[in-house]
Amino acid sequence: MLNTSRDVVTARQAVAREMKARGTNTIRITRFATAVSEIARNAIMHGGGGELFVFLDRSKTYLIVRCRDRGPGIEDMDRAMTDGYTSANGLGRGLGGAKRLSHGFDVTTTVGEGTIVTMSAKL
Amino acid sequence: MAGVTTIHLVERALLVSIQDDVTDTEIIDLQDQLSHRISEEEVRGVVLDISALEIVDTFVGRVIAQLAGISRLLDAETYVVGMRPAVAVTLVELGMYLPETRTALSLTHALTQLRRA
Repeated sequence: MLNTSRDVVTARQAVAREMKARGTNTIRITRFATAVSEIARNAIMHGGGGELFVFLDRSKTYLIVRCRDRGPGIEDMDRAMTDGYTSANGLGRGLGGAKRLSHGFDVTTTVGEGTIVTMSAKL
Repeated sequence: MAGVTTIHLVERALLVSIQDDVTDTEIIDLQDQLSHRISEEEVRGVVLDISALEIVDTFVGRVIAQLAGISRLLDAETYVVGMRPAVAVTLVELGMYLPETRTALSLTHALTQLRRA
């Protein structure tokens, strides 16, 4: 569950721990844990909180993180992904940055219902 | 356990070790505390030890950059020491170059440079 800034720390530490346990190298862990931190914080700041799930793909070569919030959704996805665009006192690098730091990255958003971000990293 | 951050004053520099489990709220509090102490205690520099940090994301990066900006306005330099290589790689990928911050490889280096200043 994602509700407070403490939960962002817990989420990224859990992801890092899973990757470390599977022998992933440090750079990959740091990149992905950073991406998870950005997305988890977005869910709290813009989505009013949410849930984060961590699982493995079938071949066990990727760690997948799915973050779901029930916030207002993102109206202009292209703009939200652009570096420099910021909605609420952010730096405007969160979403685009998280995408660059992940192997796979997908955002499904419905205005008025919420946003689901699915991201993966190679183990 | 919550990240308890202590601030030490050594040779007119404030030394701070940031804990790995620091939250957004705690790091904002730290920024406030440091800003006050810089002006009240006539500090020449702030040395932030981030060697415990496994990641620095855009939020923490922004707070560090702002702190450096604040220190400079109050006539103090901010040094970041102990950045892990993977953290540096990730920050560059995020487009965060922390231009206002000086980096030093170790605490000793940072203090040597502050003495010269």
